[in-house]
Amino acid sequence: MPKYLILKHYQGGPEAPGFAPMSEWTPAEMEAHFQYQRDTIKMLQDAGEFVSADAAAPTGNWVQYGGEGKPPHVLDGPFPETKELIAGWFLIDVESEQRAHEVAAYVSKAPGKGGEPIYEWLEVRPMMSEPPPVE
Amino acid sequence: MAPALDEDLLREASRQVLGALVRRAADFAAAEDAVQEALLEATLKWPESGVPAEPVAWLTTVARRKLVDVQRSDASRRQREANAALEPEPGPTERSDDTLLLLFLCCHPALSPTLAVPLTLRAVGGLTTREIAEAYLLPEATIAQRISRAKKTIGQQDLSAFRAALAAGEPDKPVVLRVLYLIFNEGYTTGDRIDLAAEAIRLTRLLYAASPDPEVAGLLSLMLLHHARRFARFDNGNLVPLDEQDRTRWDRALIAEGVGVLQAALAEGRHGEYQVQAAIAALHDDARSADETDWTQILAWYDELVALTNNPLAELSRAVAVGEVDGPLAGLRALDGVEERLTDYHRLYAVRAHLHERAGNTNAASDLFAKAAASATSTAERNHLLRRAAQARAATTER
Repeated sequence: MPKYLILKHYQGGPEAPGFAPMSEWTPAEMEAHFQYQRDTIKMLQDAGEFVSADAAAPTGNWVQYGGEGKPPHVLDGPFPETKELIAGWFLIDVESEQRAHEVAAYVSKAPGKGGEPIYEWLEVRPMMSEPPPVE
Repeated sequence: MAPALDEDLLREASRQVLGALVRRAADFAAAEDAVQEALLEATLKWPESGVPAEPVAWLTTVARRKLVDVQRSDASRRQREANAALEPEPGPTERSDDTLLLLFLCCHPALSPTLAVPLTLRAVGGLTTREIAEAYLLPEATIAQRISRAKKTIGQQDLSAFRAALAAGEPDKPVVLRVLYLIFNEGYTTGDRIDLAAEAIRLTRLLYAASPDPEVAGLLSLMLLHHARRFARFDNGNLVPLDEQDRTRWDRALIAEGVGVLQAALAEGRHGEYQVQAAIAALHDDARSADETDWTQILAWYDELVALTNNPLAELSRAVAVGEVDGPLAGLRALDGVEERLTDYHRLYAVRAHLHERAGNTNAASDLFAKAAASATSTAERNHLLRRAAQARAATTER
């Protein structure tokens, strides 16, 4: 049974027509959006498909080996040329890729301004499994 | 300190008790709950009282009592008579029949494999929910939910036709074989405590003991013949291809058993896909070195496998055999028409890369191995393919 990572990006995908940024949402619209995320997790748990879900802070540090005997290089925030940022993810274990796509479409339907679906683009990546003994 | 309870004994006992309860037409979910309660009572009591002389009988009695308690309270709550058929009668236990019934229920066609696999491991294999979760690297709650959904789904089925077919000895075996095959072939090898391949073999042995059908034998043999190579398949975490494996590390006892089971099955003259795959595995296991492999016979079995299954993956493997018998260019020609029927491209690229390499086209081989690596579905395979790509590239620059 394959695992899939459903990635939410802060930016990177094409914007849906009529998209309104979160800064223009009312508190009630925002609460409905957050509730939808919790309901999604509950839906996945009830289906026996949930592995984990998490969100990442929008910014962090970039870290690199600093060379023999030296501390690591640490840079603030993303590089200017970085086009995308991971906002969070759902890790699911499902019967098929088709089902993973259904789940992603469900996540994409989360309500935004005026309670309308935000049509968010999500990246669906299969996770590596074990090589089967019988090839 | 109280002595530790024998886990194998508990697992074996729980399966027998559950089988006995379910055979008496008890509701599956209720019976499973009752057995779990009885097991809990055993784990609490036995360390003090000692394991009873007849642990299965003890557990059966306790589980029946729990089941009847539940049914009585249900009945009084709903103000209706408990169905007399639900009350298990004492009688001789027909162990193998019980196991069969349980296994076929757990692999009921109404269940998707994601539900049938954990239910089978729990109810027939006797593994705990936590152990199954660990084996599949999933949260325990997720496995618990799958088992609960599976029990609910079975509870909604009309099982009368199912029971009649089983009583007549005509159950739907392919579904059960498929579930057991998935447990063997789609498990993780990283689990420390639970070896899913060994569990699958144990379950298939149970089925074989109860119902020695040639395809059941074929599946058991296939598992044994592949399991025999498990210690040679990896070297320091790296996947070792069949032709490079250290054959002294193959388990000769398992191979002998697998070959014996297979020969008896083939003698019945009712070939099926598992028997044919086992025959191919047996020919590989039989060769003392990769050079001594009887590819002509292997090709003949692949011809039969393709005819039986019309599976493009079987055709891919057949092309490798053609490459060995008639040369790599013939192998590449055998791939014509296979490509458009495949969904899993990494194996196609890997096979084509292998054949090109054997034909001396190391440049093409290197590109194809790299393409195969990019679409590999496991880290071990990807790393192996990347290594093969690098080797082919090095061979190209050397010339």
